Order: sequence, then structure tokens, then C-alpha cells
Amino acid sequence: MGLVEKGLLPKPLTKLLNTARSYSLWVYQWGLACCAIEMGAAFGSPRYDVMRLGVIPFPASARQADFVCVSGTATDKMAPPIRRLYEQMPDPKYVISMGSCANSGGPYWDSYSVLKGVDQIIPVDVYVPGCPPRPEALLEGIVLLQMKIRGEDMAERWRGEPLVVGGGLEHGGVPEEKQVAVLKARKKNPAPA
Amino acid sequence: MPDWKKAAYVAAQAADARVNVELEAEGMTLNIGPQHPATHGTLRIVCRLDGEQVVWADPVPGYMHRGYEKLCEVRNYPQINTLVNRIDWLGSFCNEVPFILAAEQLMEVEAPERAQWIRTIFFELGRQANLILFLGDVGTQLGAITPVFLAFRDREHVLNMIEAATGGRFHPNFDRIGGLKDDLPKGWLDETVSAMKRVEDFCDEVEDLMIGGTIFQQRTRGVGVIPAEVGLEYGLTGANIRASGIDWDLRRDSESPLAWKSADFKVVTHPDGDSFARCWVRLQEVRESARIVRQLCEGLPAGPIMAKVPKIIKVPAGEAYVETENPLGVMGYYLVSQGGLGPFRLKIRTPSFNNIAIAPWVLRGVYVPDVITILASLYFILGDIDR
Repeated sequence: MGLVEKGLLPKPLTKLLNTARSYSLWVYQWGLACCAIEMGAAFGSPRYDVMRLGVIPFPASARQADFVCVSGTATDKMAPPIRRLYEQMPDPKYVISMGSCANSGGPYWDSYSVLKGVDQIIPVDVYVPGCPPRPEALLEGIVLLQMKIRGEDMAERWRGEPLVVGGGLEHGGVPEEKQVAVLKARKKNPAPA
Repeated sequence: MPDWKKAAYVAAQAADARVNVELEAEGMTLNIGPQHPATHGTLRIVCRLDGEQVVWADPVPGYMHRGYEKLCEVRNYPQINTLVNRIDWLGSFCNEVPFILAAEQLMEVEAPERAQWIRTIFFELGRQANLILFLGDVGTQLGAITPVFLAFRDREHVLNMIEAATGGRFHPNFDRIGGLKDDLPKGWLDETVSAMKRVEDFCDEVEDLMIGGTIFQQRTRGVGVIPAEVGLEYGLTGANIRASGIDWDLRRDSESPLAWKSADFKVVTHPDGDSFARCWVRLQEVRESARIVRQLCEGLPAGPIMAKVPKIIKVPAGEAYVETENPLGVMGYYLVSQGGLGPFRLKIRTPSFNNIAIAPWVLRGVYVPDVITILASLYFILGDIDR
């Protein structure tokens, strides 16, 4: 797979590979606090049924997962295990940060023991705001992540700004059409390796 | 016996002896958590094993410590109301009530009767949302994957009712000092009564599928027995101590201003004190809770929902301790005010912290699969332990 990492794969093949990857995501559920229950409702309940999106929520360990959903309050004591399990995941790996606490510390923004956002220790691809977000919001976050995977240039996987679910422009979010346009533009003009 | 067979026999004996020596010489330390499905979040338990038996087990809490008591000193009362929702995140409304009652006690405000009744209804809905998920979760941890899907399916009916009235699926933030934020929407009571029917159906289904089943009973009967005296010494409360035969429920036994006195319900106890008893008591509690909600919905009095309180809330100096019977056990707030916008000190007594304190005692000498059974049936929530 050296060709993939160098970005030397023919374009149709890249597209095929990306589409296949985006519809077979194994998610490691890093449930920490209240959001874990909403994540459980999204992943485990018949009402929301995440498997129709091609997401399989029950890997045996982080080593089999494609992306991790960090949901809930990450405390300072919890930070080393989060980092450690993230490092155990095989590349390519993605992170969804679910809920205000994982995004920025949330209601505990001035607490002495809470991490002010999980992006301080691991790179985050999609932020899902809310306290806690509804399961639908998490599903939308997963769809955004799949969009990102489909449009991504494998050589520069970690470049580019994160996507925010449902946020208007005034909140720093990016509307869906623009995201597609940005992703397309990025694909056309890849950054020099 | 040919020589080669003799040699093989001797070699096998030697290997066995070596394995035995290795097994006996040093035990093994098994680390469960901090990220493990059986720990309801982020509890870490360090077990020292001798073969298949636990010599000692040491819970390591603190992975979810968010500094509640310190945060409450720098927030004002409405903000704290938002914050305490997230202590026991499955039955959030139940966390608000004792805090609000403590503040009301210091301010000498009494909420109108209708508000107290609606509070009680939401309290019981919170209890159902909490315990329904427990009933699904305990199945998952014993190897039955179906109950958790049923639990998530039927929990939605309860959450829908909470959301319809308060706007939040499980962090309602609906309670106010002196009453409630809003009155109930039109048609809510009828919908709730029909939702209670669904909850009772869920209880029947779980009893048929899981709790009444042979496999479940063989895994849980006689496992993790807690005698009543030991439970009392460790400060166990709620369904855990009722499963040991202690007939004690603050809903019935305390002078709460909430409307439990107006409802007819049974306090369920079980004499055994094992894991099965704890699961069974919780199942019956969901049924009783559904009965309470139905009775209160049918007899809800008319009237205002808010007493007269000033716009900017300042609680006069003083101290108050109020406790209620939450889904997990007795939850209490010790509120010390010096007349400011926020409390001077707020001590939070949460049930899970005491319930998990008995884990080293009850886990001693059990087999490794039973560790998961006992932890599941003790039922703790990490936000409730660590605050």
C-alpha cells in the first residue's frame, strides 16, 4: 500500500477505496459520561440504528477500530488512557468528539480537573455540539465524517480544518454545500507532498 | 510401556508440575477498566487473582471527577441547578429535587401543591428512565444482548414524555426554587398514562425473557450475597439494601413535601441479598413507579405552579440538609449559605459512592465471571461516584 500513502494511486481507484472505507467504519465507543448514553441510543437502539450507515459499533478492541467516538467529559486523570488507546488504533484513524465536554470542557470549563477539550490530546475530525447532543446529531456527525473520508486525498489525511455539525456560519460552522466544494477544491489542487 | 511413551509421560508430568508451581508461586493482577463496558463508564478495578478466584479487589474511582463541590461555590443557584443534572445522568430530574428543596427550606418558600405533584411525576419518570436502562444493561453483562435493545426502545417512550414537557431528553433543568419552569402541555397526562402501559409491558417482557429465565438465575442466585448488617455498616442505600431485606424507603418514611404520600405504592424488599434479588427489586420498582405516575396523573390538582419568589435569588444564611430516595439510593445535599447569590459550601452525598464502597468486601473470594455479575447488580453510575 505504499502507493496509497504517497498519493500515487490512480484517481478512480482512490475513489473506490475511499467509498469502500467510508461505508465500513468500525467505531470504538469511548463512552465517558452523559453523552455515552446518547451514543448508546444512537448505536444500540432500534430507533436510530446506526448500522444502516455502514457503521459497526462493536469492535472487540481499539486495535480493530477505524474511528473513535469520544463522548463525554474527559478528565485529566482520563487523558493518558485516551491518548494511549488512540495510539493503539491502526491508521487511517478518525475521531469524533461528541458533546460540549469533549469539545471544549462544556459546563466544567472552569473546573480544576477537567480537560478543556479532547482536541488538546488527540486530533479531532468532527465536532458534535450539544449537552448532550441528540442521537440524530451524532448520526449527522458520522455522515459528515463519511463525506470527509470520501473526498479526502489520502496523502494529506490530516490537513484541513474540522467540520462542525449543524453550526451556522456565524458560529464558525460550514454549510454542507461549501464543505463539498471545499473538499472538491482540495482534491483538485492537492498540497505538495 | 515403550520408552518413548514413558519419556513423554515424564515430560508431561514435569510440564504440569512447572505450570502448577508457576500458578501457585505468584498470583496475577487483573486490571478491569478504566474503559470497560461492565464498569458503566470509567471505573477501574484492580483485582488480585489466585487462579480463578479474586483475592482482593480494589476500586479506583476518580476518572470522572469533575470537581462539583468546588464548582458549586462559584456558581449561582440557577446555574447549579443546571450543573447538578449531570451527576446521575440517567435520572437527571431526581438530582435537582433535593437541591431545590434545600434552598426552599432556607428561603422558607413552599412550592404550590400542583408543582409538588408534577415534581413527583418527573421524579418517577427519571427513576424509570434510569432503571429501565439498568435492566437492559445487566442482561448485556451476563451475555444476553437482546435486553439492552429492548431497554433502549422502551426508554424512548419515557424520554419522549420528559422531552415533551421540559425540552430536554434527559437533562430537563425544569425545577425552580418555588415551583417549576412551565406548566404541562396539553394532552401530556393522557400520553404519559399510555407510556406507562409501555413501561409495564417492558417489565413483563424482561421478566419473561431474562429475569425469570433459568440461565439468568443460575448466573445470579447466591452470587455476591450481602447480609443486611454488613450492608448497613457500609452505608448501602436504595434497592441494594432493600434487596437484603431492610424495609426502608425515604419516599414512604420521610416527611418530604413531594406527593408520594398521595399515591398508593409498595416498598419492594427481597430477603436474599444476592445479585438476583437486587435485579428483581429494581424490576419491581419500575412497576411500582409506573403505578405512582399513573395515580398522580389521574389525580393532579389544579392551581398555580410557581410561588412568589424574587427575581434575583439570594438564599438567607443558614444550613440545610435534604435527602430523597433517588433511583440509586439516598441522595442528599448539605447546603451552607451565607446570604450570597450562590452557596458558601455544598456537600453532595451520592448513593453510588457508598454502594461501590462495599465492592472490596463482596468481591473477595468470588470467581472472575462473577465480578462482572456483582458489579452489574450493584449498579453504580460513575458521575454519581466521582462527582
